[in-house]
Amino acid sequence: MTGGGAWERLRAWFLLPARVWMIGLFAAPFAIVIAYSLLTRGAYGGLGQPWTLDNYRRLVDPLYLEVVVRSFGMAAETTAICLVLGFPLALFISRSGKRKNLYLQLVILPFWTSFLVRIYAWLFLLRDTGLINTALQHLGLIHAPLPLLYNDGAVLLGLVYGYLPFMVLPVYATLERLDPALTEAAADLGAKPWPTLWHVVLPLSAPGIAAGSILVFIPSLGAYLTPDLLGGGRTVLIGNVVQNQFTNARDWPFGAAISVALMALVGTLVLFVLRRQRGSLA
Amino acid sequence: MESILELRELVKEFASHRAVDGISLAIPRGGFFSLLGPSGCGKTTTLRLIAGFETPTSGNVLLNGAVVNEQKPYERNVSTVFQNYALFPHLTAAENVAFGLKRKNQRDIPRRVREALELVRLEGKESRLPAQLSGGERQRVALARSLVLEPDVLLLDEPLAALDPKLRKQMRLELKEMQRRVGITFLLVTHDQEEALSMSDQLAVMNAGAIEQVGTPQDVYLRPRTRFVAGFLGAVNWIDGVGLRPEVTRLSRARPSNGGRFRPATITGSVFLGNCVHVLARLESGEETVAEIPRNNGTYHSGEAIHVCWNPSDEMIFP
Repeated sequence: MTGGGAWERLRAWFLLPARVWMIGLFAAPFAIVIAYSLLTRGAYGGLGQPWTLDNYRRLVDPLYLEVVVRSFGMAAETTAICLVLGFPLALFISRSGKRKNLYLQLVILPFWTSFLVRIYAWLFLLRDTGLINTALQHLGLIHAPLPLLYNDGAVLLGLVYGYLPFMVLPVYATLERLDPALTEAAADLGAKPWPTLWHVVLPLSAPGIAAGSILVFIPSLGAYLTPDLLGGGRTVLIGNVVQNQFTNARDWPFGAAISVALMALVGTLVLFVLRRQRGSLA
Repeated sequence: MESILELRELVKEFASHRAVDGISLAIPRGGFFSLLGPSGCGKTTTLRLIAGFETPTSGNVLLNGAVVNEQKPYERNVSTVFQNYALFPHLTAAENVAFGLKRKNQRDIPRRVREALELVRLEGKESRLPAQLSGGERQRVALARSLVLEPDVLLLDEPLAALDPKLRKQMRLELKEMQRRVGITFLLVTHDQEEALSMSDQLAVMNAGAIEQVGTPQDVYLRPRTRFVAGFLGAVNWIDGVGLRPEVTRLSRARPSNGGRFRPATITGSVFLGNCVHVLARLESGEETVAEIPRNNGTYHSGEAIHVCWNPSDEMIFP
C-alpha cells in the first residue's frame, strides 16, 4: 500500500509540466483575451476604458453573421468530404495486414514539411500558369486557364488536404480494434459485404468518426492561412476576420470578442457530440 | 443414412503449414457430432472451411449432397456460434437475433425473434445490449441468433470455453437437450474430451490435421484405435504395450488367483480427489501406473509392495 501512496504523490508531479503549460500558455492568455473583449478600442488602436459588452453586440451584425454561417458551412463541407475520403482509406489500411504501418506513415508523411510550404505548393499547382493549367493547355484540352485558384473550391480543397489525416487516424484506430469475428458473424448470418459495412462496421466505428469529425471541424472553422492564401482574400472566413481585426482594423477588443464567441460555440458543439457518443455506447 | 454434410479429401494449406490434411467425413442428419482434438489439430480450420470463412486448397465440402466450396458464408445455409459469441455490441439481444432474418428478408420477424429467445429462455432480456448480459446469457443470444435461421448445420466453435466451470457443465446438458428439441444437426468443435463424450452422438478425434477415429463416445473411449486416441480421451497406464484405464486398474496385497492378469509393483504415492483416490504404483519393470479406487478401499503407504491387477477384457490393444 505504501507503494501505491508513493505513486499517488508522484502522479501529481507527472502532471506538473502539463499544468504549467495549460495555465501559463492557455488559461492565462485566454483570460486576457476575454478581458480585451470587454474593453473599448482606444483612439490609436490600443485598448481603453470603459468596460462594455458592445463588442459582443456588434457580432449580430448581418455582415458578421454571414461570415459565421459561411465558416460553419465550409467547416461542415470539409468534414463531410474528409469523412467520405477518409473512411474508405482507413478501412483499406486496417485490412492491409503487414503493410498497415507503411500506409500509416504515408498518411502522416505530409507533416514532415511545414503546412505553409505545402499550401504554397498548391499555389504553384493551381494558379493560371501553374502545373495543372499548363499541362492541360499543352495537351490541348483547354485553351484558356481554368480558374482553379482564389475561390471557395480552392479553399475547400486546401482544407480537406490539410485535415484529412485527422479524420483517417482516429477512424483507423476504431476499425483496427474491431473484432474480425464480427464481420465474419455478419457474413455467417447472411449479410453480403455492403450490408455488413452499413449495419456492423459503420455503427461500430462511430466513436472514431465522431473524434475525426471534431478534429477536422474545429481547425477548419478557425482556419486562417488556407483561406487567406488559396482564397486570395475573396473567401472571408471567421479566422480571417479575427486576423483582420488584430492587424489592419486595429480593433483588438472586437477581434477578441469574435474569438471568445467562436470558442464558446465550438465548445458547446463538442460537448453535445461527446454526450451523444457516451449515450449511444452506454 | 443420408449425410447432411460431407467432407471429401479436404486439404487446407497456409503459407507455413498444412492445417487440414486430407479429411474425409460424413455427418448424419439431425445428430450431435463433435470434432475433438488438441489445439492446433486443425479442427477449427475444418469448421471455418465448412462455414465458408476459408476456401479449401483441395478436396470438397458437400452440403445436402452439393459441393459448396465456392459459396460465400452468406450463401451457405450453415450458421456458426463463435467462441466469444461475436455478438454485435451495438445491437440489443432481440436485434442480434433479428439480424440474420432481416438480411435474408424473411417474414414474421418479431414473432420468430420472440420464439427464438423463448427457446433459449431469455424472455425479458430482449432489449439488453450484450454488455448488459452475463456470459451464459450472451451464449444463449448467440445460439438463438443462429438457430432462428434454421440452418442445415449449426457449427459450434468451443462454445463453452469462455464460461466458468460450473456453468459449463450445466450448458452441456442444455445444448444436448436443445439439439434434440430443434432437430438441427449440431457440429461441435472442442478440445475438451469430457464435453465431446457427454454431448455427442458421434465424434471424430483429430490429430495433426487428420482424423484418427470416428465413432460413438463408447467406441472411442472403450475401443480406441490408436494410442493417440486412447491417451487423448483419458488417462492410460501402459503395461507391456497394452493400455489400461485407471478405473479398471485394481490393486491387491495378496497375489491374485482368479485368472486375471497382474504385475508386482511398489506404491509411490496417492492423491485424494474427493470422490475417489488415485494410487500411484511403479511396476518392477519401471512403468508408472495409476489406479483409481473408491476412497474407502483402505489406505496404501508409499514403499508398500502390491500387485497391480486387471481383467484381460479391459485391455486396449494397438497394432
